[in-house]
Amino acid sequence: MSEFAVEMRDVIKIFPTPEGGEVNAVDHVTLQIKHGEFFSLLGPSGCGKTTSLRLMAGFEWPTSGEVCIDGKLMGRTPPYLRTVNTVFQSYALFQHMTVFQNVAFGLEMEKVFKAEITRRVGEALEMVKLVGMNNRKPKQLSGGQQQRVALARALVKRPAVLLLDEPLGALDLKLRKEMQLELKALQEQVGITFIYVTHDQEEALVMSDRIAVMSQGKVLQIGKPAEIYERPNCRFVADFIGETNFLFGTFKSWEGDMATVSVPGLEAEVVGLGAKGLSSGQKVIVSVRPEKILISEGSVFKQNCFQARVVDTAYVGSDTRVILDIGQGTRLNVWERNKISTIDPCAFYQPGQEVWITLFPENTQVLAEI
Amino acid sequence: MSNIQTGKPALTRFSLRKILRENPTAQGLALISPTAIYLLLFMVLPMILVVLLSFMTRGPYGNVVYRVNVQNYARLADPLYLRILVFSLGVGAATTVFTILIGYPLAYFIARTPARHRSFLLFLILLPFWTNFIIRIYAWIMILRTEGFLNSVLLHMGVINVPLNILYTPTAVLIAMVYEFLPFMVLPLYTSLEKIENAQLEAAADLGARPWRTFLRVTLPLSVPGMIAGSILVFIPAMGMFVVPDLMGGAKTILIGNLIRNQFLVSRDWPFGAAASMLLLILTLVFTLLYTRKAGFGEELLV
Amino acid sequence: MSEKKPAFWLRVFAILAYTYIYFPILILIIFSFNTQKINVRWEGFTLHWYDVLFHDSNVLLAVRNTLMIACVSTLVATVIGTLAALALQRYRFPGYTAAESALYIPVIVPEVVMGISLLAFFVMVGLKLGLATIALSHIAFNIPFVTLVVRARLHGFDKSIEEASMDLGANEMTTFWRVTLPTIMPGVLSGALLAFTLSLDDYVITYFTAGPGATTLPLRVFSMVRFAVTPEVNALSTLWVFTIFVVLLASQVIQRRQEHH
Repeated sequence: MSEFAVEMRDVIKIFPTPEGGEVNAVDHVTLQIKHGEFFSLLGPSGCGKTTSLRLMAGFEWPTSGEVCIDGKLMGRTPPYLRTVNTVFQSYALFQHMTVFQNVAFGLEMEKVFKAEITRRVGEALEMVKLVGMNNRKPKQLSGGQQQRVALARALVKRPAVLLLDEPLGALDLKLRKEMQLELKALQEQVGITFIYVTHDQEEALVMSDRIAVMSQGKVLQIGKPAEIYERPNCRFVADFIGETNFLFGTFKSWEGDMATVSVPGLEAEVVGLGAKGLSSGQKVIVSVRPEKILISEGSVFKQNCFQARVVDTAYVGSDTRVILDIGQGTRLNVWERNKISTIDPCAFYQPGQEVWITLFPENTQVLAEI
Repeated sequence: MSNIQTGKPALTRFSLRKILRENPTAQGLALISPTAIYLLLFMVLPMILVVLLSFMTRGPYGNVVYRVNVQNYARLADPLYLRILVFSLGVGAATTVFTILIGYPLAYFIARTPARHRSFLLFLILLPFWTNFIIRIYAWIMILRTEGFLNSVLLHMGVINVPLNILYTPTAVLIAMVYEFLPFMVLPLYTSLEKIENAQLEAAADLGARPWRTFLRVTLPLSVPGMIAGSILVFIPAMGMFVVPDLMGGAKTILIGNLIRNQFLVSRDWPFGAAASMLLLILTLVFTLLYTRKAGFGEELLV
Repeated sequence: MSEKKPAFWLRVFAILAYTYIYFPILILIIFSFNTQKINVRWEGFTLHWYDVLFHDSNVLLAVRNTLMIACVSTLVATVIGTLAALALQRYRFPGYTAAESALYIPVIVPEVVMGISLLAFFVMVGLKLGLATIALSHIAFNIPFVTLVVRARLHGFDKSIEEASMDLGANEMTTFWRVTLPTIMPGVLSGALLAFTLSLDDYVITYFTAGPGATTLPLRVFSMVRFAVTPEVNALSTLWVFTIFVVLLASQVIQRRQEHH
């Protein structure tokens, strides 16, 4: 057993563009995915996550760099010789075959005995909770059911790694949330490596052991969900995952781990966790998430405490969302949990109200502006 | 670390299979090659042969002598042959005009019937054309002969005293040609008409146009692509027809098609026949280009 | 187009037009049962001409030839044409435009010209004219039509099922046989049906490429019409129409049945 389930080593994949040029769909990507992990590739469309998946599956070959599966260099090995299986975004079920035949297909290719096939197909369909549909054709199934067939078809082969290309994209919201939990449970039950492509960051946060955030062919950050969310290493990651507030300023100095930033319009300086390697006078972005900001009546803390005026509020049931102006038109979003059940309008903020806000330094990131 | 390139031993590393698998261009070439070879042999080569033939000379015994000569083309300029050419163009044009005259109202009718009946009505038009076309021509011969059905009925009813001489005249040819080519005009016209948004017609009415004006100024212009597509499908094959004139036209009705056939199988002047074929071919290409330049290759042609 | 009921005169015109279309066929059928030889007056009902037909060895031979040629040319043209459609729809290769253009030749070139070109070709090459040359010619003009039909069907083809098949362990050949071909089969069958019909019906090209001894049904009907007009021709025509009708009906039923599944 090798060290990693799947590895991509400085892989580049170039595609020709319709205008006649070239584009690096995958640009110097290096990934090391551990055995038994639920690993997500997350990013907006066109970021290279699907291409990376296809490179692992064998539908594309790298322009340069290496793809390794279980420690073995894949080179130009075709998909049918790799020990990985794929669940496609469109399910790609064989319309002319029944559910049973679809799931059995992969086992037929392995020349498994008929009796054994029947047993394993039954097991796989039970595992995805799709029993009694053996003789139906894909056309007769709902979207959710087709998705399960696609899953069963791949899992029945007991691959070392399962690749999933936005499998829940076509399902409605409620079903999608159900399936997210089911897939996660399934992965833990079966114990194999799942590599999951999605553009939905909430989905990635819920399901993954680790996430790789990608943009324009490059991997920007790899880490556990909490690391990605709480310690983004660049503007894109901070912006793409969840909601955040940005303040633009200049780096002043270090105080241990804390960076001091001068923001135009604020009398005091802002202090936050600094990214490594910042130099004095460098342009930086201060990122702080809306749920981390404290609103109070008066100034309560010495650091990062500023005056602000309420511009607008929105009541969304569990939260109140407040837009505040901290001077010179700079706006911040703050989300407050409505911990007390009340319908008294005076309990909520009024536009024009003067308040104080606090950005706790350990909740504030200082990132280099690129 | 082992290297899985193919599942096969190193000996077959440069095998054809590997090239085919990895190189999409090779796959494409492999798939097209049977067609390419077959068509090259049985379609391209014969065509080239005809071109070459048109420059050869007829030998004394009806064989082909490989002496290059452009006389064949010069001969085509002879008034006798020019008349045939003009006549063919005329027949083609007349057929086109009449198919439009009959086909347009028919297409319009179908386009206006409720949607659920339309495919049935179209099917009804197509149904007779699944039979062999010689049978259909024979049916017209039966009807149009001097002792044929039409004359018998008219004589019997006393409408005429002397049988009408229709068969073996250009009129008979025209009737049969229109009959043959009607579906090729109706279908594209129907496609064109059916696509006209109702909203445009209603807008015209709303702006004060009476039904006739709406037809002339909105419907008709919008159906022109269909008419052009239909014309391509009718005019060009009609020009090259020889079976109908042969069976129904008598000795007087000779089209280019008949000329070509006669040269090849009767007079055995292959070079001249080839030249006449080239003429027909050039005419066909010219008209096709003219028409498609005007209308583009619309979906109407995919009929 | 709106569905206001069409105007009265339009309906009248349509009825007349449909009559024009069906009238000859009906006359043909009716007079196949006529006792009188000349097809003018109705004298009495008889099946005599059908009897003559079934004992006419020339006709029977022609039927056999026509069916044989149609089957062979359909088979070959369908296989070759389907491969070509796949090639053109999915790949780019040197000579692509040339191949595509070559496929348009039968569509553009008048049948007479194609016929004489094949005649000239066979003679020059030294091939004896006969059933074989007819079959070769039919294959030639069938290939482009099959390719056209299959290509049209390939338009919406979802390539991911082929990738799924390979992902599950099937190599390229197995994927083609087990997944690709079954999926495009309706299109292939349509193309085959078209080729079969074109071959069955062809007169002009067959006329030029047939040898002295070879006869197909269209050729036979032609010479019967030209030289020996008896109601036997009507009988033959009626049977032909009837057969086509049954085949069409059957194919519609099969199609409906497939869609329901």
